[in-house]
Amino acid sequence: MTPVYVAVLAPFLAAVAGFFTGGRRPRTAVPVAVSGAAVALLAVLWPAAQAVTAGATGRYGDSAHLASVPTGTLPIGVDLRVDGLAALVAVAVGVVALAVQVYSVAYLKGDPRYSSYAAFVSLFTAAMMLVVFADDLLVLLVGWEVMGVCSYFLIGHHWEQPDAQRSAVKAFVVTRLGDVGFLFGIFTLGVAAGSFRISHAVGEAGRLSEHTVTVATLLLLCGVVGKSAQFPLHVWLPDAMAGPTPISALIHAATMVAAGIYLVARLYPVFLAAPVTLAVMAVIACVTMLGAALAALAQDDIKRVLAYSTVSQLAYMLAALAVGSATAAVFHLLTHAAFKALLFLAAGSVIHAVGTNLLRDMGGLRKAMPVTFATMTVGLAALTGLPPFSGYFSKEAVLGAAEEAALHEGPVASWAAWLVLVVGLLTIAVTAAYVTRLWLMTFFDAPRSGIAVHESSPAMRWPLVVLAVPAALLGFAGLGHGWLPHWLSLDERVPGGITPLDPAFPARPLHIGAVTSVLSIVLALGGFAAVLAVWRRAPSRDPSLRLQRLRPALEEAFWVDDLYDRLFVRPVRLAARSVRWTDDGVIGAAVAGSGTEATRVAGLLRRAQAGNVQTYLTGLLAGVVLLAVGVVTLT
Amino acid sequence: MPLLMPLMVGALLFALGVYGVLARRNAILVLMAVELMLNAVNLNLVAFDVYLRDGLLAGQVFTLFVITIAAAEIGLGLAIVLLVFRNRATVELDGLTDLRETDPPTALPVTADEQAVAT
Repeated sequence: MTPVYVAVLAPFLAAVAGFFTGGRRPRTAVPVAVSGAAVALLAVLWPAAQAVTAGATGRYGDSAHLASVPTGTLPIGVDLRVDGLAALVAVAVGVVALAVQVYSVAYLKGDPRYSSYAAFVSLFTAAMMLVVFADDLLVLLVGWEVMGVCSYFLIGHHWEQPDAQRSAVKAFVVTRLGDVGFLFGIFTLGVAAGSFRISHAVGEAGRLSEHTVTVATLLLLCGVVGKSAQFPLHVWLPDAMAGPTPISALIHAATMVAAGIYLVARLYPVFLAAPVTLAVMAVIACVTMLGAALAALAQDDIKRVLAYSTVSQLAYMLAALAVGSATAAVFHLLTHAAFKALLFLAAGSVIHAVGTNLLRDMGGLRKAMPVTFATMTVGLAALTGLPPFSGYFSKEAVLGAAEEAALHEGPVASWAAWLVLVVGLLTIAVTAAYVTRLWLMTFFDAPRSGIAVHESSPAMRWPLVVLAVPAALLGFAGLGHGWLPHWLSLDERVPGGITPLDPAFPARPLHIGAVTSVLSIVLALGGFAAVLAVWRRAPSRDPSLRLQRLRPALEEAFWVDDLYDRLFVRPVRLAARSVRWTDDGVIGAAVAGSGTEATRVAGLLRRAQAGNVQTYLTGLLAGVVLLAVGVVTLT
Repeated sequence: MPLLMPLMVGALLFALGVYGVLARRNAILVLMAVELMLNAVNLNLVAFDVYLRDGLLAGQVFTLFVITIAAAEIGLGLAIVLLVFRNRATVELDGLTDLRETDPPTALPVTADEQAVAT
């Protein structure tokens, strides 16, 4: 378990060191931050290697119980657990974190707040590692919330811009909204299972009543939907792009948003016991998948295109979970982490060179930035799902699982599986279309910006090249039966029921169907060809302008933000204003009024204090005479 | 001698003293008026002592006390008056109103916080 402790503590210590010394010694910030991520990556390679080589001995798994916190009822255990799933996700986190740290050195060169930025990235890495390795729901929640806070601070890195402030608050509030449900989900599940231990809850999944499991999983799903930016809580992610681009790569594409998916995969037997939740997940995933892909079609900001594509791809993972294949979901999570981190870093390289986020100001960068062009092309091909790039295999695994659940028996109702299958295929065409638009508008035609563009510095180039390798090749890991499914060895539904943590049971292979493969390639090429045809007619124009009347709807992402503004933001503002009015006009006025009134009444008494001793004495004498007369007459 | 006559004289003297204390402006005259009041009391004490034929002569003893105290008081009082005159070149009691209540502050000053809330 030592590598696990190191993986969690190294970035944490780097963060602490960064916070305390970064301001005074800015030159140490870079080595501290980079070494924290590097040590964490090296540490998690060891359990990952063990998980990969576990082969003959069955499943790899190890856990440690560090402490137990008595609470009066259910104790909170500081438990850590490492298995194939945790180790592989941790490697993805480590690789992306290290790439982002190295990349940030160049991207944020000369930024006065670099040291606190790097420290927050380190803290985020530690929190994500904690989430990945936690075996107790409340310990996981700690990491989960720390990630949320880091995300808030990093989105608000440029806090002098009102945009960044607003986005940071929005991200924080929206994800917190989901976390309320998440917390109660943890309580429900923990109390029902009799322990907050994840491995215990997973083991108990079959014995709990269906109502309890449904309620618990639906509540947990709230947190997942918030963190993984699914409809209806997806609104924060596109706005989170106000943060620096490496942050978008690390937090808002590759790791934190995947935490929701990871959590479901971790608790998968519990979710499998609740078909209602799975159906809800399928519907949410379908709405998000297609909606976000359509919205990506008309965005002007390159990062917003990628943000919507992240939302859409996360929906694929959720869909895979809904149709009963956690392996496919985690597979897509890993490939997506690779190619989306690559895409964001490449987009950052483009933005850094051109000095704008807007697609219409780019163009013609192919010759000036060959490395960025090549790596981004790999990333975009993977995102579209073109063979042989990684996205193709993972997306096919998702669609294969949906096909299997639709045609044969699955954990979810077959209508939901059909929905996932059809929407998943449709989305591929839309994905291909927006990817093509992004690619053409960024790299082809004549340069539209006046400045002389050149390739980025090596610290920014190398992470791109390193990430391009898994983005291109990671897909093959899913091919062999003894490879990825076996390394992950997740609990899935098999004919005959659920097999929670059965070491003897062989992992189920990924199903890649011939029909879905052909269909998806045809659809992807169709989307590509359609955009290409539109673009060739007028290369300098935005192809999405051809959508005409539909375009505003897509650009505004179907006015969900406006709707929320009307439904929630304005009423809350109104209520807040009335609370302020009550505070000022009623409570404050009462307090201030009692003060001024007391002063005014006291003014009457003040008149008597004339300062003339003889007046006082006259009053005194009058009083004495009155008393004397009173005594005489009354007795 | 009937009791009434010294008592009448005492009351008259006391009333004179009261008038002097309350109405005169000159501090020295006020002090003299105080002496008048004290002596009115002395007269009462002696008169009652004789009238009651007190064996211990308590009334006369008290009178001696009062005379002593009066002497001490006038000494202290004159010293105060002298100092007042030295400081202010006047002994008019009407002018010595330093302890009177000044005008109240009209309103509490608005703090920065309140201003921020108001805007």
